Amino acid sequence: MAYVAIKGGRAAIAGAAQAAEFLRTGSAETEAPLKLDTIEQQLRLLVSRVVSEGGLYHPRLAALAIKQFQGDTLEAGFALRAYRSTKPRLLETPPQDSASMRCIRRISAAFKDIPGGQMLGPTYDYALRLMRLDLADEAPESFKAVARRFLADAPEAELPATFPKVLEALRAEGLLPPVPEIHAAPFDITREPLVFPVSRSAALATLARAETGSLLGIAYSSMRGYGDIHPTVAELRVGYLPVLLPHPVTGEPMEAGEVLMTECEVVAMYGDDSDAPPTFTLGYGACFGHNETKAISMAILDRALQKGMRDGPAHPAEDPEFVLQHVDGVDSMGFCAHYKMPHYVTFQSDMDRLRTTRRKATENAS
Amino acid sequence: MTPHYELPRDEADYSFGFLDEYAKKEVRRAILKAVAIPGYQTPYASREMPMGRGFGTGGLQLTLALVGPDDTLKVIDQGSDDSVNAVNLREFVQLTCPGVTLTERTEEATLIQSRHRIPEKPLRADQLLVLQVPYPDPLVVVEPSETKRKIMHGEADYARLLVKLYEDIVKFDEITISHRYPTRINGHYVIDPSPIPRWDVPRLHQSPALILLGAGREKKIYAVPPYTDAMPLAFEDQPFRVEDFRDAAGNRRACTRCGATDSFLDEFIDQSGGKVYQCSDSAYCAERLVERAEAAA
Repeated sequence: MAYVAIKGGRAAIAGAAQAAEFLRTGSAETEAPLKLDTIEQQLRLLVSRVVSEGGLYHPRLAALAIKQFQGDTLEAGFALRAYRSTKPRLLETPPQDSASMRCIRRISAAFKDIPGGQMLGPTYDYALRLMRLDLADEAPESFKAVARRFLADAPEAELPATFPKVLEALRAEGLLPPVPEIHAAPFDITREPLVFPVSRSAALATLARAETGSLLGIAYSSMRGYGDIHPTVAELRVGYLPVLLPHPVTGEPMEAGEVLMTECEVVAMYGDDSDAPPTFTLGYGACFGHNETKAISMAILDRALQKGMRDGPAHPAEDPEFVLQHVDGVDSMGFCAHYKMPHYVTFQSDMDRLRTTRRKATENAS
Repeated sequence: MTPHYELPRDEADYSFGFLDEYAKKEVRRAILKAVAIPGYQTPYASREMPMGRGFGTGGLQLTLALVGPDDTLKVIDQGSDDSVNAVNLREFVQLTCPGVTLTERTEEATLIQSRHRIPEKPLRADQLLVLQVPYPDPLVVVEPSETKRKIMHGEADYARLLVKLYEDIVKFDEITISHRYPTRINGHYVIDPSPIPRWDVPRLHQSPALILLGAGREKKIYAVPPYTDAMPLAFEDQPFRVEDFRDAAGNRRACTRCGATDSFLDEFIDQSGGKVYQCSDSAYCAERLVERAEAAA
C-alpha cells in the first residue's frame, strides 16, 4: 500500500528556509547584498513603518528585519516585537512634550497662518506621480550630486529649533475642552492585557503600534460615512523628539536620545448635550517614524472611539472592541498565516459531522 | 522561521526560556489563578514570540514559563511529533532551554505541549499537558462582544449556546459542532477545550494530569485542574457523541499500520484513490507496532 506522506518535518523546514534564503540573495551572482545603511537611509519610510508597527524604536534592527524578510513589513515588524519580548521593562518615561520636537515638517489644514508658519518639508503630497525613469539606472555621481546641490542651495534661513503647538491657540480661545487632569499611570499594553472597557491610554497605545493598512481601512470607513465626522487636521508634525529620562542618581530629566515621530491632531465638531458651551472635539495620533497616513488615521479613530466610549458605538469605527482587537499586524497576520498549518484532525472531525448529518438527511427524506 | 535562527547576540544575554524573568513570573501567576478558578479565562499580557500568532504562542509561553532543565518535554501537533509545527516548536525550546530532555514517548514526558490532540495513552498525575488555543471563548459563536461574554460567563448564562445546540438538533437531527466542543468545568464555566476532536473531550474529565490551555493572540490562560469534572454540553435525550469510525457495515475501522481499533484515526486517500485510515497519535501507533513486532518474534 502506498503511504501518503502527510507529515513533513525537520528536513522540509530546513529546505524551505534554504529556498527562501536563495531568493533573498537575488538568486544571481551579480547582485550585491543590501547594506543596512542603504535600507535605513533610502527606504526610510519602510523603516518608519516597521519601527512603528514593531513597537520598538530601533531603526538599525528594523533595517535588518527588512533585509531578512525581503521587504515584508508585517514579518519585519513581527521580528522586532519578538526581539522586544526578551527585554525587561526598566523604567517608565515621563510624558514627553511634543512642542520640543525638532520638526522637519509641520502643517495645519485648519489655519493658513499658524504661529511659527507652515513648513512643508519632505513630502510627495503635491508631487506628480509620474514615473521618473531617470531613477531606473541612476549613476552614483548624479546620486551624490543631489545631496550636494540641495545643501548648497538651502538658504541660511533662521529656522527656529521648535514650533509652538497649533492647538494651544485654539485652547486659549476656549474652542477646545480643557486638558483633562489624569493622574493615573499610563496603560502599558506590553505588560497588561486589554480587558474591556479600556482606558483611552490603552486605546492610544494599541493604535500607535497598529498595522498601518488596518488603521487606514477602519478610519476610512469612518471618513466615508460609517461615522459622523469630517475631521480637520489642526496640526501634523514630523520630526525628532528628544526623549527625556530621569537621571539615575539626581532624578533630573536628561536627554537620552531622540526618536523620529509623526504626530497628528484632528479637531471635529459634534453636538454636545451638556450645559457647557460647545467645543471642538479632539483626536490624537502619534507613531514612531515618518508615517503620516498612520498618524492621521489614528487621530480619526481616537476621536471616533472617544465618541463610542461616551455614547455607545453607532459604527464599527466607534466600537473599541472592534477596532482595538483587529488592528494589530502581528496578531492578525499570525492568525491568517496559521490557516496554512495542518488541520487534519479538526477536518476529520468536520467530515464526521457532515457525513452523519447528510446520512440522516437522506434517511429522513426517504 | 528558519531552523538556523540565531538569537541576536549584540546586547544582553537571553534568559533561560527566551522570555525575560518578569514575563515568566506573570505567566505563572496567571496559571495559579486559572487553576484556582477552574475554566475561568485569565487575561495575561501575552508576549510576542518569534513564531506566528496562531502557531501556538500561547501554549509556548506556558511551556517556557514552566519548563526547567530537569524536565522531559514532548511536543505534538495533530497527534504527531514530526509535524512541521511540532518540530519547529521543539527546536525553539531546545535552542532556548538548554538541559531540557526531549522525548516522543508520552509516558516519559513530564510536560507535553500539544495542538489539536490529547495523547491516546492516559496521562498521570505527575504529567502536565499544555494545549494551544486559537479561540478561548466558546461563547464567541453566539456573542461577538467580549464585554458581554464576560458577563454571561460570570452568570454561568449559557442559554444561547444551548439554544444553538437545540437548533442544530431541529435542523440536522444532530449537534453539528465537530471539534472545540463546549465543555463545562467544575459545574460552572464552559470552556472551549481548544480544537481537540470530540474523541478527546472525555479525557478532560477527572484527568489526573493538570491541563493548561493558552491562547497567545487572545491573551488568555485557563485550566482544567486535576480530578475536576469536565462535562461536554448535551441534553438528556441527545447525548454527547464522539467521532464515529465505523464503516458502512458497522465495523470499527482499524489503523492500517498498527491495527488499533481504539484510537482517533486520520483519513487520507492513497495513490490508488482508496481511503486509508491511520492513528493520528503517531507515538501510540509506533509503540503498538513495536509491541506487535516483539510479540511476533
